[in-house]
Amino acid sequence: MRILEGEGVTKYFGGLAAISNVGFHVDQGEIVGLIGPNGAGKTTLFNLISAALVLNSGVIKFKGEKISGLKPHQVCRAGVARTFQSVKIFGNIPVLGNVLLGSLFGTSTGMSSADAAREAMESLEFVGLSTMRATPAKDLTLANQKRLEVARALATQPDLLLIDELIAGLNPTETAQAMELVTRIRDRGITILMIEHVMKAIMSICDRIIVLHHGEKIAEGTPQEITASKTVVEVYLGDQAYAGS
Amino acid sequence: MLEVSNIDVFYGKIQALWGVSLRVDQEEIVALIGANGAGKTTLLNTIGGSLRPASGNVMFLGKKIAGLALPAIVESGIAHIPEGGKPFPDMSVRENLEMGAYPYRAWTRKEETLKQVYHIFPRLRERERQLARTLSGGEKQMLAMGRGLMSKPRLCLFDEPSYGLAPIILLELFRVIKSLREQGLTVFLIEQNVRHSLEIADRAYVMENGRITSEGKSKELLQNDHIKKAYLGL
Repeated sequence: MRILEGEGVTKYFGGLAAISNVGFHVDQGEIVGLIGPNGAGKTTLFNLISAALVLNSGVIKFKGEKISGLKPHQVCRAGVARTFQSVKIFGNIPVLGNVLLGSLFGTSTGMSSADAAREAMESLEFVGLSTMRATPAKDLTLANQKRLEVARALATQPDLLLIDELIAGLNPTETAQAMELVTRIRDRGITILMIEHVMKAIMSICDRIIVLHHGEKIAEGTPQEITASKTVVEVYLGDQAYAGS
Repeated sequence: MLEVSNIDVFYGKIQALWGVSLRVDQEEIVALIGANGAGKTTLLNTIGGSLRPASGNVMFLGKKIAGLALPAIVESGIAHIPEGGKPFPDMSVRENLEMGAYPYRAWTRKEETLKQVYHIFPRLRERERQLARTLSGGEKQMLAMGRGLMSKPRLCLFDEPSYGLAPIILLELFRVIKSLREQGLTVFLIEQNVRHSLEIADRAYVMENGRITSEGKSKELLQNDHIKKAYLGL
């Protein structure tokens, strides 16, 4: 079943087409990778799906219902949660408080504060940050702030999670842990669309990959098909396709 | 060229660095590796002058720089390229680059340096007139490197330069860092892309829990079992 679908999605910044007539879909239960050169429009596409930006034309549907045109909080409550490439945490609020904002305000049905607290703690445990729950979020390392964003997103009980560069800045050992986290999220029944540059990670956990370049979709397919694509090698991967750590 | 002696650094009451010592010689490339939270960025921020050590000393070209104001440290020839780029968001790409050229030795040659930067990162030339806030994450990283180079530094401190860069640029990036040495620059580098950084570095230090736990030639560290297991994921 198609959980997320975009048709003719277009976004201009001034005269520049940041996203140009892009069609895409994500099926329920998939892990889909979104890759492309720096400045290709990947984060912009996330911003359009999550309604942080309003598209100029096209339509985005979630579970068959149009979500383009909704407000960000409505998209979140409909079941689409996200993390941010440049982390957007509440630095002076403790870790648990950050996650609580997700469970209190982001779920579709709303929750009692006791349930929200329970949900927040469970999300923190799931990402492995429960021992830091009382620490102000700004005092976490960047890697942990990204995990905190995952916990906050999970606390909204999403059906689809958009992850923007979770693995950047992690060493290979930590990368393996982050990949395991993504797989565990999918095993909970949450569909995942993720932006990532670390090829080893993308290739090993994604079912399918979408490639953007200059705001256009230039390729789509399985990891094997993508690495075999001449265009993708030329504009994105470079000669040594597995150069990433 | 750079000598860090026995520094302790605190955030409030929490001690982040414990008696850290290291040295970087002229025209060396030295890498610092370690897990997230080990204290690598704290160390770089201390050398770069945005944090002050509670005790110990930092010497650069024979002069004490620990405790100096940031502009004086930049003026002395150190360029700190922070994690995530941190450009001036409401200035254009070109203005950001020009901001880097404020040290006296750099200002008179800024047009020439700008050409070199644009040669390394053609994308910055394409985006010359755009506000920095409109750049993608990877482009901000390129801008930060360019801004650092604009100061005509003698020592570059790189905090995860590969962060968020596409594979095709990543390869280019490591070539660029290596070529800086040929232009007479010295490089001290934090990088999670451990294999690549050890391949271009002469020597490396390993940091764990705020302490330097080992050091050596990069080639030897690449063969070290602990390093392989903990940092190369082998």
